[in-house]
Amino acid sequence: MTKHIPHESAELHVSGEALYVDDISASPDLLVGRVVYSPHARARIISFDLTEAKQVPGVAAILSARDIPGHNQMGPVVKDEPCLASEEVTFVGQAIFLIAAETDAQCRAAEKKIKISFEPLEPILTLDDAMARNNLLGPPRTMSRGDADSALQKSVHVIEGELRTGAAEHWYLETQSSLSIPGEGEEMMLYSSSQNPSETQALVAEVLGVQKKDVVVEVRRMGGGFGGKETQGNHVACWSALLAHATRRPVKIRLFRDDDMIMTGKRHRFLVRYKVGFDDNGKLEALKVELNSDAGAATDLSFAIMERAMLHCDNAYVVPHMHVVARVWKTNLPSNTAFRGFGGPQAIATMEHIIDRIARTLHRDPAEIRQKNFYGLTNNNVTHYGQRVEENRLHTMFEQLVKSSDYAERRRAIRAFNASNEFFKKGIALTPVKFGISFTTTFLNQAGALVNIYNDGTVLVNHGGTEMGQGLHTKIRQIAARELGVSLDRIRVNATNTSKVPNTSPTAASTGTDVNGMAVRNAIGTLKERIAESISSMFNEEKKSPTTNAVDIRFERDEIFDSKHPARRLAFADAMRMMVMRQVSLSATGYYRTPGIGWDKIKGHGTPFRYFAFGMAVSEVLVDVLTGAVTLLRTDILHDAGDSVNPAIDIGQIEGGYIQGVGWCTTEEIKWDAAGNLMTHSPDTYKIPTSKDIPLDFRVSLLKNATNPNAIHGSKTVAEPPLMLGISTWLAIKDAISAVTDHNVEPEFSLPATNEVVLLSIEKLKCHTATKASPHTIA
Amino acid sequence: MRESVGIIATINKKKYEIEVAPNTTLLDVLRDQLGLTGTKRGCEIGECGACTVLIDGQAVNSCLVLAAQIDGHEIVTIEGLADGNTLHPLQESFLDHDAVHCGFCTPGMLMSAKALVDGDIDPSEEEIRIAISGNLCRCSGYQQIVDAVKEIPKK
Ligand code: FES
Ligand code: FES
Repeated sequence: MTKHIPHESAELHVSGEALYVDDISASPDLLVGRVVYSPHARARIISFDLTEAKQVPGVAAILSARDIPGHNQMGPVVKDEPCLASEEVTFVGQAIFLIAAETDAQCRAAEKKIKISFEPLEPILTLDDAMARNNLLGPPRTMSRGDADSALQKSVHVIEGELRTGAAEHWYLETQSSLSIPGEGEEMMLYSSSQNPSETQALVAEVLGVQKKDVVVEVRRMGGGFGGKETQGNHVACWSALLAHATRRPVKIRLFRDDDMIMTGKRHRFLVRYKVGFDDNGKLEALKVELNSDAGAATDLSFAIMERAMLHCDNAYVVPHMHVVARVWKTNLPSNTAFRGFGGPQAIATMEHIIDRIARTLHRDPAEIRQKNFYGLTNNNVTHYGQRVEENRLHTMFEQLVKSSDYAERRRAIRAFNASNEFFKKGIALTPVKFGISFTTTFLNQAGALVNIYNDGTVLVNHGGTEMGQGLHTKIRQIAARELGVSLDRIRVNATNTSKVPNTSPTAASTGTDVNGMAVRNAIGTLKERIAESISSMFNEEKKSPTTNAVDIRFERDEIFDSKHPARRLAFADAMRMMVMRQVSLSATGYYRTPGIGWDKIKGHGTPFRYFAFGMAVSEVLVDVLTGAVTLLRTDILHDAGDSVNPAIDIGQIEGGYIQGVGWCTTEEIKWDAAGNLMTHSPDTYKIPTSKDIPLDFRVSLLKNATNPNAIHGSKTVAEPPLMLGISTWLAIKDAISAVTDHNVEPEFSLPATNEVVLLSIEKLKCHTATKASPHTIA
Repeated sequence: MRESVGIIATINKKKYEIEVAPNTTLLDVLRDQLGLTGTKRGCEIGECGACTVLIDGQAVNSCLVLAAQIDGHEIVTIEGLADGNTLHPLQESFLDHDAVHCGFCTPGMLMSAKALVDGDIDPSEEEIRIAISGNLCRCSGYQQIVDAVKEIPKK
């Protein structure tokens, strides 16, 4: 498919007509909801008094934990997250009260009148503190192959170190929002910005004390999600539903940007310690890794995220002996959550950092060390958890990218530039990503669809996936059109709605198109069988001979015909009218469960992934040695999207994912103060990349001839993997910094490499050179 | 404080006589009072550009403008960009270049781009990057947007 097919809602978007939750016009009855949250990182709630606050004009309800009719719980996996804090608050930003009023100003006025007293307790705010006090969230996990300890003893070279990676804010442009509308009896209808409507439905039912059949959640689209609305979109939904339930009026909550940043979880901070053994050629022999993550105050998805980190410590490389130990720590910060990559970025940054150090130790080009350690095509291709790396594209991609990016020539030019420039240094890095596709929680790998064909020949497709800008609905529409052999304009993809497709999994783990596309295909398969059956008997009723067999009926170009007797044909729309007359059901469900995967969580062994996605990037930067400022000069990306369903959408996702990765690696720095207050709670202190931060020369292409046998129409997901290509920028910066000592000293470095980190790193290197040089000077 | 202020302004070529609260922003009036929800709320402190509209041809963050200030001025919002059913060439170009992902930044992005191309029919890539640098987009890598502005179909 090479024809350009724009995003299914693109016309609505460019004209401003596309509706998000905040744009839905509810009745004049609508109330505004506001969340009152904890100002303390850890404190006991001694007492509170809402009497005065409730008297503020326009206030319809103020709720505390006592007013929750069902369970005061909204933890998605482990029930350790109260919907409203009752006795103790465990982070700044934790919801305590809910207010509904006619206007936002009235909500704020009421908030000021709330009386509450706390007894502050000592919080734990850093990973180091949590580790020192042994504040584990759950038991540690390990994953092993071979005998890393004895292999390390035999290695000629052993290096060890530590890497810290920072938190990051999702910064979806549309903040968390939800509109709840009470219906008859127990009915509650929600319009939510949620990546997981089924879970939103479940938690809303739980807090309201009703059943799932009473709650409907609809998601038309999100203004970005990136994992931030996988579980934490549930929160505003529960809160708005509680207020709607209490007031019997529609209630909308849309978090203000600063509140959203203060209240919601981020990407997990990691502290990684490693010890690696390798030979004179830079071949990896053994690796021991200790992963520590900061979960925040509750579990959320922290263990699944850590599991994915454990599964990606290898990135693209064979490590014969490997031992991974992982610990998830509890702190008094908002519960950290899913964010594009889901633990993968932290693990992959570690491995790439290690390779980079090996190269520097051996005075070799890191790209060469990488290539040397790639998983093999036919052997040396089993990961540390026992899954074979099939369809390994690393080698082909490396060859192609090294050539297309002119890597060797540019490396030479950079060396020459650095030799003759004292105040500016350039750096370059090539990094790969190998990313496992599937939920590691195996049962989640399922999807449902409901396809309705109407008697005018138009088709409404419902499926469990949600649209957050990734182009899922566009791809589903293309898949449906292709399967039914009809033109795109006959097909509309409906808003995701829990009453159409039940018990769905979140749109996450990059699986959206893979699983929902298959479910839609299966639904259409059922419909086509029914239609073919009826049409063939219709042809046969006309007593034509030889007879038409149902298996020969084809659906192509808006027509249905007998492939053996092509004269027997009907226009699609006419056929659908006839089907209704002939009493054929034109509505079918479809279901899909990912085959061929199996994962033993306890042993840490098996085939957790349906397939691997591959990508590779070369980034070149210019560093101002006097200020630490970084300019991204050029980026070349080669990505494997299989037989892309929509190349333009995929390229957009790759560019966007890469830039998000660059943000995490460079300018995006989350800081809390000593009392646990988020200091970077607005866009003027937290810097996501702007149009001025993208590479001056940005080249992205898709790998050719790359059919993927394991997903719909030979395609491969794009979604998460390109984020990890941002790591090439981070290592290019490190390359430039290390040029200050002509690559003889390992720079001190962490992630993100903000201008400050870069400058301090350079200053330390300069001191190092100065002290080293001093004896000679004296002599 | 006065309860409300009467203002007369042209919005998307239509004349409005409205009463606004003196402390309301243009953004809130557009969305809540006039139902023009194409203009988005992203940060409400003038940092993200999602609320960009044109005031007398200049791109401004409508969250930073008091509604009372638009008295006597001409406003264009995303809803006024197309000419009836004919899309503005910039809108066409955004479609052609897949510059729309989740779409939340798109209206503001288009209005900033419109202010740029109205003043300079052939901006350089660098000028485009600077002109839209006040409009945050978290989905795209901006390149498709820059290309869309650079390669507007010539009418
Ligand atoms: S909403 Fe006005 S700049 Fe962000
Ligand atoms: S398209 Fe989603 S923020 Fe720009």
